[in-house]
Amino acid sequence: MSMLKMKYSTLRRLTQTALLLSWSAMPGWASELNGSSPHGTNIFAPASTPARSIADLSVFVLVIAGIIFIVVFSLLVYCVAKFRGRATDAGREPAQVYGSTQIEVAWTIIPILIVVVLFLATARVIHAIQDVPEPAGAVQVIVIGHQYWWEFRYPKLGIVTANELHIPVSDPNHPTPTFLQLLSADTDHSFWVPELAGKTDLIPNHPNRMWIDPQRTGVFVGQCAQYCGTQHAKMLLRVSVDGQAEFAAWVRTQQKTALEEAGAVAGKRVFESNACMNCHTVAGTSANGRFGPDLTHLMSRTTIAAGVAENTRANLRLWIQDPSLTKPGSLMPAMKLSDADLDAVVSYMETLR
Amino acid sequence: MSTVPISFANAVEAWHLPSRGKVAMAGLILAESAIFTIFVVAYLFYLGKSLTGPTPREVLEPPIFYTICLLSSSLTIHFAAKSLQRDHRRLFLGLWLLTIALGGSFLYGTVQEWRRLIYDHGLTISTNLFGTTYYSLVGLHAFHVTAGLAMLLTVAVLGLYGRVGVSRSGHIEVLSMYWHFVDAVWVVVFTVVYVLGR
Amino acid sequence: MSANAITVSGAQIEAKPWVDELHQWLTTIDHKRLGILYILSSLMFLVFGGVEALIIRIQLMHSHSHFVSPEVFNRMFTMHGTTMIFFVAMPILFGFANYLVPLMIGARDMAFPRLNAFSFWLSFLGGLLLYFSFVGGSGLYGAGNAPDVGWWSYAPLGARAFSPGHSSDYWTLALLVSGFGSIGTAINIIATIISLRCPGMKLSRMPLLVWLNFVMAGMVLLAITPLSAAQIMLLIDRYLGGHFFDTQAGGSAVLWMHFFWIFGHPEVYVLIIPCFAFMSEIIPVFSRKPIFGYPVMVAATVCIAFVSMSVWAHHMFTIGMNSYANSFFTLTTMAVGVPTGIKIFNWIGTMWGGRILFKTPMLFSIGFLFQFLIAGLTGIMMACAPFDWQLSLSYFVVAHFHYVIVGGILFALFAAFYYWYPKMTGRMLSENLGKWHFWLFLIGFHLTFDVMHIPGLLGMPRRIYTYEPGRGWDSLNLVISIGAFIQAAAIIVFVANLILSYFKGAMAGSDPWDAWTLEWSTSSPPPAYNFVTVPTVASRRPLWDQKHPDDPDSRYE
Repeated sequence: MSMLKMKYSTLRRLTQTALLLSWSAMPGWASELNGSSPHGTNIFAPASTPARSIADLSVFVLVIAGIIFIVVFSLLVYCVAKFRGRATDAGREPAQVYGSTQIEVAWTIIPILIVVVLFLATARVIHAIQDVPEPAGAVQVIVIGHQYWWEFRYPKLGIVTANELHIPVSDPNHPTPTFLQLLSADTDHSFWVPELAGKTDLIPNHPNRMWIDPQRTGVFVGQCAQYCGTQHAKMLLRVSVDGQAEFAAWVRTQQKTALEEAGAVAGKRVFESNACMNCHTVAGTSANGRFGPDLTHLMSRTTIAAGVAENTRANLRLWIQDPSLTKPGSLMPAMKLSDADLDAVVSYMETLR
Repeated sequence: MSTVPISFANAVEAWHLPSRGKVAMAGLILAESAIFTIFVVAYLFYLGKSLTGPTPREVLEPPIFYTICLLSSSLTIHFAAKSLQRDHRRLFLGLWLLTIALGGSFLYGTVQEWRRLIYDHGLTISTNLFGTTYYSLVGLHAFHVTAGLAMLLTVAVLGLYGRVGVSRSGHIEVLSMYWHFVDAVWVVVFTVVYVLGR
Repeated sequence: MSANAITVSGAQIEAKPWVDELHQWLTTIDHKRLGILYILSSLMFLVFGGVEALIIRIQLMHSHSHFVSPEVFNRMFTMHGTTMIFFVAMPILFGFANYLVPLMIGARDMAFPRLNAFSFWLSFLGGLLLYFSFVGGSGLYGAGNAPDVGWWSYAPLGARAFSPGHSSDYWTLALLVSGFGSIGTAINIIATIISLRCPGMKLSRMPLLVWLNFVMAGMVLLAITPLSAAQIMLLIDRYLGGHFFDTQAGGSAVLWMHFFWIFGHPEVYVLIIPCFAFMSEIIPVFSRKPIFGYPVMVAATVCIAFVSMSVWAHHMFTIGMNSYANSFFTLTTMAVGVPTGIKIFNWIGTMWGGRILFKTPMLFSIGFLFQFLIAGLTGIMMACAPFDWQLSLSYFVVAHFHYVIVGGILFALFAAFYYWYPKMTGRMLSENLGKWHFWLFLIGFHLTFDVMHIPGLLGMPRRIYTYEPGRGWDSLNLVISIGAFIQAAAIIVFVANLILSYFKGAMAGSDPWDAWTLEWSTSSPPPAYNFVTVPTVASRRPLWDQKHPDDPDSRYE
């Protein structure tokens, strides 16, 4: 029995490696990766326990499906080749066979057994992923889905941010997983970062829970997977898995309120007199809107508008001028600012580090 | 030559198949049962989940009298169909009209109840989850009663003009199947709304 | 030449004015003509749905493409899915059922010919209503807005708050109306099969096509109605201020999902079971053997019908059900694969030891077997809930269900076209064009849908109007789109075949394939009354008994 198990696990690992190699080659040949090249979105390149459990189970299922395919396909090919009608037997009908009880029993029992095996293997993984209790040291994040951006709140740390999630790497010997509570402010969304976990939906009035324990640092990308409206395609996710020290530093920065900088006074005034504060929060000021992303540390993010554009002055200016130019269907209205006001408010944004 | 007939000397002697009208009505009843099941599921699911507004216990009064009316109409229609089979046209017509009266009074009862709920208690379909599911479920049933009454009235008119005889007893049986179904649904709706739900 | 045959010789038959011909078609209650009307209207909607698919594929050829706006793209995939399921697949299968079931049971028409016509026109009207949305969707503003909520119209996206205007209502009403048409046809099919079989045709002697359409019709009654109920609820929410799916009032978006998929899953079996029916008629004839295991085929189908009613939440593995629910639906979904697999084995068993003739219907049937096998296996993969937590809502699912619908259902339909077109028109379809159609479509299909699994495994979600260039999806999407155009070319060949053969095809005669069921005993096309005298039968293959009086089937059944 243990011999079989050993052979099986080697086979599994071999298949997994083969798949991994072939699939992970794919992102390479078609893309231009910039600067800090993020990880890909390959479900067979897991970097976290849930994703890994899923990948392992998936290989098992694939192997079984592959075997079934080869057997049935061979039978089909053999049949088609061997029993071809030839001109010589025109007019003569072959033996009229109506059925066979033994054969029917055989090809009923064997599939049932396969189903039982697959089901047991699957049920184990379902429970292993879903029924994990939340350990004491876990990082807690509340994810709120919006049309078309992600709100992240860390209740125990007093942090609110958007679109780019920072979490600590988890050492398998000393795990620091992140537990996410998934809520929605409007319609259905789905949180999917393939290399970290399977996806879980964000449904209004139906809180969900998921967890990840990334074992590699780096940036992992994903996006919303449940159609949520016009810009569903542009509700991108960036998960930055930081080393413990970097994460602690990030937390400390995020916990600070916004800096008051002399050069940004004019922009701040534009911000506060133009209804911006009705939707956005800048901690430490009177802006405390919850409808749009928290902007307190906007400059700490790599991208804007849920990944639609790089976080540069030009992109930010274009965004504020008219969001529908970058993301038509976005719920942020064009603020119709004059050029001077626009430049001022962008300068103010640039102070929100 | 257009067709080659297929026949066998040792053909079957008696070949009787169920009446297509009854089979079709059974099919319709099956489909309608599925629709009602979904509305009942929604009603049960949302019990106790309304955020505001009147609750079933506060406002519902079981319509016992009108329920008896409706369920008795199943009896009267049954005997009406039987009378027609025996070609007792007058009896058939009398029982048929009684069925319509009983069904009509049930609808009247529903209207009265809704009036009370809307004006006295402020419960409408948009008030809360209870309002939405209640009016939808009871309303769907009342709609089916109305459709049934329309068909019964048509037959009554035809009957009063002497067009309904023994030859039509098959059709009458099919129609009474529908009417029995409507009553059976009411038994379920009554139980769910006025018994379980309060 | 039987004494009962009717011949008309020497008489001058004047061609009818086209208006009269049109009038006859518009007012027909003949099951054969209604069947053809269903098929023709489905082909029209197939073209519309196909154009929508091509627009989608052109937009997705490259990342960050601007071929269409996100709003238009979202309408395209909504309309494509809705059209193909409700106005192509369902009607065309009802059309074939309408045409064939009465003929195969030796009846003169369906049980309720006028209900039959009414159901067809309801279906057709529903389709027209859906497409009117392009023009009328915004009401008076005239700018036109087709629905853009996906073909599931998940709550709360379909609510007034998120779908203002009327575009969503076109979706709801079109489906509600055609849904009633479907229920009418299903009732008709059931009543016909139970009440109008010719003498001797016990239930155990009905052709498998009749059995399977009977099961399908029963499923329609139980599957379409939950959707109708849910849509009535949605209309109550949108127009009467109801809160069925209003999450702000405590309503449940998940409840819509349950109702929708209680419809949605049996629906796909409603679509595939008539295709199993085609295969069960065509494969035996072109293997020159009876179907292997008739009773098992019937039992397996009934089993599939029941079990398929218990699997619906495998479309909801990601919504956060608890582990017990997820395990339950994993089990039932895997279980439904057992009777389905048995059917595949029985078809292979039919071919085994036979004398296989590779005419076009058989080519498409073999394609079906190969592709349905693969589709079933990718289905088993997704039955496994954790695997589905990655695969769901990605292009892997899109590849899977297109594998079933195009690789399975459409291939079976093509086989049915080539097999029964001679009966319906009196002419053979061109074998030559048929082979071009088959090979072109096969290549295009595999290029598109084999490759499409890969972006899913690489994290590409569905329903996105564009994608990021850094994810490795670019070249794959380009290949997929190229395959789509090859399939489009194959469809053009098919339509050309349909039209050209109508005028120039070889005369078919009543029984061009040397087959064994009752429809082949009539002329091609059959007369309006189908049979001069109502047949009596003594076995499952009455024409085999007639052609082989020394060795009739009745001896072995």
